[in-house]
Amino acid sequence: MGLMQLIRRRGFQHGLHPPEHKELTEHRPIRRFPFAPMMIIPLSQHLGAPAVPIVREGQEVVRGEPIAKAGGFVSVPMHAPATGIISKIDLAPNARGEKKPAIYLKLYAGESQDILYGAPQHIDAMSSKELIEAVQATGVVGLGGAAFPTHVKLALPEGKSVDTVIVNGCECEPYLTTDHRVMMEWGAHILDGIRIAMKAYNASRAIIGIEANKPDAAANMRKIIGDTPDIEVLVLETKYPQGAEKMLIKAILGKEVPSGGLPYEVGTGIFNVATLAQIGELLPKSQGLIERVVTITGPGVSRPGNYLMALGTPVRFALEQAGLKPEAREVILGGPMMGAAIADWDTPVTKGVTGLLVYTLNELRNRPTKVYPCIKCGECVQVCPINLNPSQLGLLARVGQYEIMESDYHLNDCFECGCCTYVCPANIPLVQQFRVAKTINRENKARI
Amino acid sequence: MSSVGIPVTVIHSSPHLKKRVEVDDIMRNVVYALIPVCLFAFIEYGISSLALIFTCVTVCVLTEHLFCRLAGKDTTINDYSIVITGLLLALTLPPGFPLWMAAVGSIVSVTLGKLIFGGLGFNVFNPALVGRAFLQAAFPVAITTWTPSFAIGRFSEFIPTTLTPPFLSPPDIKQWMDAVAADGFSGATPLALQKFGQITTDIGPLFTGQTAGSAGETSSFLIIMCGAYLIFRRMMDWRIPVGMLGSAALVSLIFHLYDSVEYANPMFMLFSGGLMLGAVFMASDMVASPVTSLGIWIYAAFMGSLTILIRNWGGLPDGVMYAILLGNALSPIISHLTQSKIYGERSRKIIS
Repeated sequence: MGLMQLIRRRGFQHGLHPPEHKELTEHRPIRRFPFAPMMIIPLSQHLGAPAVPIVREGQEVVRGEPIAKAGGFVSVPMHAPATGIISKIDLAPNARGEKKPAIYLKLYAGESQDILYGAPQHIDAMSSKELIEAVQATGVVGLGGAAFPTHVKLALPEGKSVDTVIVNGCECEPYLTTDHRVMMEWGAHILDGIRIAMKAYNASRAIIGIEANKPDAAANMRKIIGDTPDIEVLVLETKYPQGAEKMLIKAILGKEVPSGGLPYEVGTGIFNVATLAQIGELLPKSQGLIERVVTITGPGVSRPGNYLMALGTPVRFALEQAGLKPEAREVILGGPMMGAAIADWDTPVTKGVTGLLVYTLNELRNRPTKVYPCIKCGECVQVCPINLNPSQLGLLARVGQYEIMESDYHLNDCFECGCCTYVCPANIPLVQQFRVAKTINRENKARI
Repeated sequence: MSSVGIPVTVIHSSPHLKKRVEVDDIMRNVVYALIPVCLFAFIEYGISSLALIFTCVTVCVLTEHLFCRLAGKDTTINDYSIVITGLLLALTLPPGFPLWMAAVGSIVSVTLGKLIFGGLGFNVFNPALVGRAFLQAAFPVAITTWTPSFAIGRFSEFIPTTLTPPFLSPPDIKQWMDAVAADGFSGATPLALQKFGQITTDIGPLFTGQTAGSAGETSSFLIIMCGAYLIFRRMMDWRIPVGMLGSAALVSLIFHLYDSVEYANPMFMLFSGGLMLGAVFMASDMVASPVTSLGIWIYAAFMGSLTILIRNWGGLPDGVMYAILLGNALSPIISHLTQSKIYGERSRKIIS
C-alpha cells in the first residue's frame, strides 16, 4: 500500500497549510446534546426558496413531524426537532445578520422525545425519480456548509449522466471535526447513503476522498467498505481548501468543472460524508432531518466536543452547555476560514452549521489591525486555488471598478475560501472586498 | 440573563485566521539581510563607506518623514521600506562618492522615485535606482571615480572625495590613490578593465569582493548568502534572482562562444559589477515586479539578458541599473499580458 498511496496522494494547485487546531476535538466521540427549552427553526436554512409552514400557533407537534413543506423544487421541508408546542411564527436572526421568518417551538419538559417515522421504504425497489422525491422529503441538504438541497443535485438535466459519485471526507477547515467523527462512528450509514446516491444517478463507482491528516477515518472507511470493487477510499494531501467541491474534483478526477458550471458537467456528483450518512440513515425509515453533528470548539469554551444537536438550538444555549468562558467575544458559525461571525448569539443552529468556533479577547487582541498598501508581493496569486489574481482584484476594488473585476478578472469564480486574505502581509481584507463587489454587481444587474 | 452575563460581541469578516507576517516584517528582514553587505562595505572601504550609508539612510528617512508631514498623513517611515531604499542607494554608489551628492540622490530617490507615485506599493520603479540614475546623469565623473578596496588607513581617514563641500566638484584623487593602493591600481572596475582592455579578472577575487566597485556590490558570495536568508524566510521571490542570473549566464555564454576574446565568460559576468546586488536585492523589489508566475520569469529573463546586451554592446561598462529600470517599466504590462488561466476557464469564444 505504501508506495501506491504515495503516488495516489493527489492534490490541486496552490492552497495553503493553516494551523489545524483539530486536536481539541478530533478524538472526542459524538455525544447527544441537551434540548433547549425553546427551539427556533428558520424557514430558510438552505439555498433556494424558503419552506412554507404547515403548522399554526398553539399547535402541538411530535418530534420528527413535518412542520413546513418545500416551497418549490429547489427547497426542502422542515421537521419538528422536538416534541412541543408551536409558540409563534416570527422573525429570527440568521448567520448573515438578517432577520428571517422562523418557527418558534416550545418544548414539553419531561417528554420522552420519541421520533415520529413514516412508512419504511425499500430502497432496492425504488426508481431514480422516487429516490429523489424521497430525499427531498427527508429535508436533507448539503451538511458540509453549503446547504444546497441534495435532491436537486441528484436530479440531472435531460441528457446528462454521472458515472462517479465523489464523497467529500476532507474537512479541510481548521478546528472542525464533525466529518472526521461521522466517518469514525457512522461509517455504515455513509455506505448506505453512497449506495442511494449511486442508485439515483445510476453511477458505476464512488470515491471517498479523505485528507491525509485523518488516517484513522480512512482506515475505518476502508474496513466498512470491505472488498466492494466499485467504492474506494483515496487519501489526499492535507491542504486547504482540499474539501472545496472544485478542488476535490480536480484532485480525484483530474478534471476541472467549467467556470460557472456544476459538477455533473464533468460526470460527477459530490456529497459531504455527513449528508450521505443522514440520507443513509433517514431514507429507509422515512424520517426527516432533525439533528446534525456540530463541533463546538475554540479557546472560548471549556468543554469542546462533537455534539449531535437538534436543529434550531439557539447558539447561546449551545455555548452555555459547552462551558462558555466569560472572556469569549466572537462566535463563528462554521470554520475559521469561511465561517461567518454572528452578531446575535440567539441565532439558531441550522442545517448548514458545521461548527461553533468561539474566540476570546486573546485571539482578537492578536488580530492584525494595520492595513498597509498592497506591495504586490504576489503571495495571494501563489495561493489562490482558482488561479485568480487577488492582488489586481484588490486594487480594482479599492477604486470601485467592480464591473472590470467581473468582466476581466473572473471575480465570480472566487468562492471566498480566504487563502488570499490569510497570507496577505498588508492585511488587506480581500475576501470582504470581493464580497462587496459581487453584491454590488448583483444589485446593479437586478436594477437593469 | 445567562449565567455568564452578556458579553460584548465582536464580529469580523472571514477568514478568521491570519498568517502572522506583515509588510514591516518583510521590510525589516530585508534590512537585516543587507546589514552583512553594509558591514563588508565598511571593512572594504572603511569610514567613507560608513559615512555614505549613514548619509543616504538618514536623508531618505528624513525626507519621507517630512513629506508625510507636509501631506498631512501619518508618517510611513516605520514600515522600514525607506531604510531599504537608503541602504540600496548607498551600496550602489562608489565608496568615495561625495556625501552632499549622495544626499541629493537620496532626496531624488524618495521624492521622484517613491512619494510622487503615492508612496510604498505604488512606485513604478525601484526608488534607489531612480536616485542612482539621476546621480549618473548629474555627476557622471564622481559616480565613476572608483577607489581601491582595502586601502591603507581606510579606518582612520576619509577618501578625499567623500567630504567635498556641498555644490563643489570633488578634488582630484590621483595622488591619494597612488599613496594608498597596494599595487598598481588603475582606478577601473573589473568590468571596465574587461570592456576597455580585455583584462578579465579572476573569479576568486570577484566572488569574495577583493576588487574595486560600488560600496556594496563587490562580494558576490556575501550577497548570495544574504539573499538565501530572505528566500529561506520566504520573504523574497527566488524566481527573480534565479531567472535574472540564469538568463544573464545564458546570454553571456552565447556571446562568449561566439567570440571569447571580445566577450567575457559567463562566470565573470555573473560575479562582476552590480549584477549580483541588482538581481538579488533590487530586481526582486516586490512592488515593481509582476505578480503572475509566467510574468515573473519573463521579467527576470528580460532584465538578465538586457544587462548582458548593455555590457557587451552598449557604451557603459555595466548595465544592471538601466536593465532593472526598464524591467520595472515593463512590469505592469507583463503582468497584464500574462494573467494565468483560471480553474475551469471557458474559452472566450464560448462566452460570447
